[in-house]
Amino acid sequence: MIRFDAVSKQFPDGTKAVDELTLEAPTGKITVLVGPSGCGKTTSLRMINRMITPTDGRIWIDDQDTAEMDEAQLRRGIGYVIQHAGLFPHRTIVANIATVPMLLGWGRRKAESRALELLERVGLPASYAKRYPAQLSGGQQQRVGVARALAADPPIMLMDEPFSAVDPIVREQLQDEFLRLQGDLGKTIVFVTHDIEEAIKLGDQIAVLRGSGNLAQLSDPAQLLAHPVDDFVADFVGKDRGYRALSFQQSPQFPLSRESSVPLGATPEQAAAAARDGWVLVLDADRRPLGWIEPDRITAPVRSEMLARGGTVATAGGPLRNALDAALSSPSRRGVIVDDQGALLGTVRAYEVLAEIEERARPELDEADLERAGLRPVEETPE
Amino acid sequence: MINRIIAWLADVAHWQGDDGILRRLVEHMEYATTALVIAALIAIPLGLYIGHTGKGRFLVVNAVGAARAIPSLGLLYLAFFWLAPRLSGEVAFLAPAGLVLVVLAIPPILSGAYAGVEGVEPAARDAAVGMGMRGTEVMRHVELPCALPLILSGIRSAMLQVIATATIAAVLGLGGLGRFLIDGLASQDFPQTASGAILVAVLALAVDMAFALVQRSVVSPGLTGRYGKVSL
Amino acid sequence: MTWLRDHFVDVLSLAGQHAYLAGVPLVLGLLIALPLGWLASRNKVLYPFLIMGTGLLYTIPSLALFIMLPLLLPFKILDPNNVLVAMTIYTVALLVRTVADGLGAVPDAVNQSATAMGYKRLRRFMSVELPLAVPVISAGLRVAAVSNVSIVSVATLIGVSQLGSLFTDGFSRAFLDPIIVGVVACVLLALLFDVAILLVTRLVTPWQRAGSPAA
Ligand SMILES: Nc1ncnc2c1ncn2[C@@H]1O[C@H](COP(=O)(O)OP(=O)(O)O)[C@@H](O)[C@H]1O
Ligand SMILES: [Mg+2]
Repeated sequence: MIRFDAVSKQFPDGTKAVDELTLEAPTGKITVLVGPSGCGKTTSLRMINRMITPTDGRIWIDDQDTAEMDEAQLRRGIGYVIQHAGLFPHRTIVANIATVPMLLGWGRRKAESRALELLERVGLPASYAKRYPAQLSGGQQQRVGVARALAADPPIMLMDEPFSAVDPIVREQLQDEFLRLQGDLGKTIVFVTHDIEEAIKLGDQIAVLRGSGNLAQLSDPAQLLAHPVDDFVADFVGKDRGYRALSFQQSPQFPLSRESSVPLGATPEQAAAAARDGWVLVLDADRRPLGWIEPDRITAPVRSEMLARGGTVATAGGPLRNALDAALSSPSRRGVIVDDQGALLGTVRAYEVLAEIEERARPELDEADLERAGLRPVEETPE
Repeated sequence: MINRIIAWLADVAHWQGDDGILRRLVEHMEYATTALVIAALIAIPLGLYIGHTGKGRFLVVNAVGAARAIPSLGLLYLAFFWLAPRLSGEVAFLAPAGLVLVVLAIPPILSGAYAGVEGVEPAARDAAVGMGMRGTEVMRHVELPCALPLILSGIRSAMLQVIATATIAAVLGLGGLGRFLIDGLASQDFPQTASGAILVAVLALAVDMAFALVQRSVVSPGLTGRYGKVSL
Repeated sequence: MTWLRDHFVDVLSLAGQHAYLAGVPLVLGLLIALPLGWLASRNKVLYPFLIMGTGLLYTIPSLALFIMLPLLLPFKILDPNNVLVAMTIYTVALLVRTVADGLGAVPDAVNQSATAMGYKRLRRFMSVELPLAVPVISAGLRVAAVSNVSIVSVATLIGVSQLGSLFTDGFSRAFLDPIIVGVVACVLLALLFDVAILLVTRLVTPWQRAGSPAA
């Protein structure tokens, strides 16, 4: 656990970068600091490993005051990942990853075998070990940056916009792998980003900062979307909040409609026989949906190019957002629901998903927010 | 003219003895390397320090600029009048010449060193500190190796200037290849002067090429882009 | 320093001569280095030859060049034109690389968009590439200026008079004052050249002063 206790930072030029920040980053969770550029995110993050010294307040790691720890010792126990990875250009990839173990005196052999293990862990082939950073793409360098921070297995990781210098597709991959890795490792992570989507995707807990490191709101992603505390946060969180919040709500067991289907190669007659309201779903050999087809409009056996592929597919029990989107995007208006293996289970209509959404209670305000807003709690209605 | 130069250079007698080419070549290299080593011992630590801390940068940048403007010949005479009475024997002549060459060699090495350290990617330095390297570790593991290419090219250009300028040691009656220039001028023996000039240029070129090889072997391929056999 | 007071006019005229011998070659050298540097920046094969070749010129000791040039040129040994030619050679030696690197550093996007807008080669060079390379070229010119001022003083050994004459004069009479005055005057002259180049550079690159938009 990392705890900010009324921490302030004023730079010598008078800039008040952080003002009385109080915050707790729970053990084993990802806490995201998010806010507009210049709001003090980096400053807050770097005060944790004392790259920046607070002018006021204390930062605790578990029950230790960081101000009383040896700087270098403190940092060796904290992984640190930054925007452009900051790899050492003169060292090979393994040597880069092995840096902290070597500093800790592990010995070359042990440090290198650990580095190779991590290289694989972050999804890079072992053949990259002897390359130099300049031979890697931005996304690959960033993976090495993460591996290097993990090398000495620190319980804490600080990450400052680690994925913002790579293109959107690579960023998404890196985010997914980061979540998978965190699922295995369970580090205490403080993650800085200016991208609210990234914050919502990655954070267990999100701290929205406004200017001068003022904590505007601290809550989990669903709560943030449902109850931005003020106009600033609402604005920053952005549009489509209602829709995006559905990402955090599990779908129930919908009453699925059975959907008849045809394989590729089915004749127009077979397709027409199976169709409902003019559309029929085409599956592969493992019963995975390939796309929809209108039998009336084909004159030859079903080929892959004929399929309408606009529809998304939702996994049963996944987020409501995906189920709703499957229905909205389906050319037949029937949203395709599949099992964990991706095999067809059935379809659901948008109004059925909406009915389910309307059944749900919206997340309630926190007690503190209730009090601040001057509202009284919703009363339990007796059954 | 060319034939007379070739004839002069081809004359075995000019190569041997206490005032022969070989002896002068050795003297020349002695002056140049001594000055270069002293200059490097002063300029590299100072440059690294300035690059690392940023302290005194303004002062040093301007001092280096001014030092480049000091005319070597004037400094040589000044140093001679100042040092010669305080010293005796050959040292009375060697010290002023050495001082001039050291003053000449410091600016390029110094600016190479601090520019090299300053040019280290901020993200790499940041990461090094963030990983818990202390000041000297950052210097040893990151700043020095990354600055090496610029430090070496600073030394290389200092080397060229020192080799060319070491010829003026001869105006104080010292040895080195400058002797052929001065003696040739005094006796209107132009083939000798020309040969001296050619020898200095060839020496400079040879040393420069040797240096290029050294540079190639000590600088990390990660910085030069010479990745060797690893395929992309 | 009564010596300086007594000889002020002489020193001034030597300084004028010195400025002429160091300054004119800067202009001539730049005019020669521009096309050579342009060629080197355009042509990957020529680049190493031009850079190495001109770099090699710089390794010729100035004293040797001063002595040798009268033999190769139609000037008498004491003719200051020898010094002008020698200094032009050194200036070219320093500037070709700078010009080539300065032109090479002009962003490709700028060149391509200039071409796309219909600039022809020479026009593009004059109105796009060259102006953008000015800061780099100017830095090289400053180095050449300072180095020229220092080197010219060696010409006193072959009897061409300028501030360096004060050195030989003082040395032969074992008298420090002229030497000190000569060294200080050289440094001041170099400073003057430096400031002049800086001013001209600022004048022709107004965009460098524009700074970044208010943060
Ligand atoms: N070393 C510094 N000296 C002075 N001001 C600084 C320094 N570092 C950051 N600042 C200022 O402090 C504020 C917060 O900066 P930072 O924490 O980097 O913001 P963020 O990471 O949220 O973009 C900004 O206004 C920035 O200009
Ligand atoms: Mg930041």
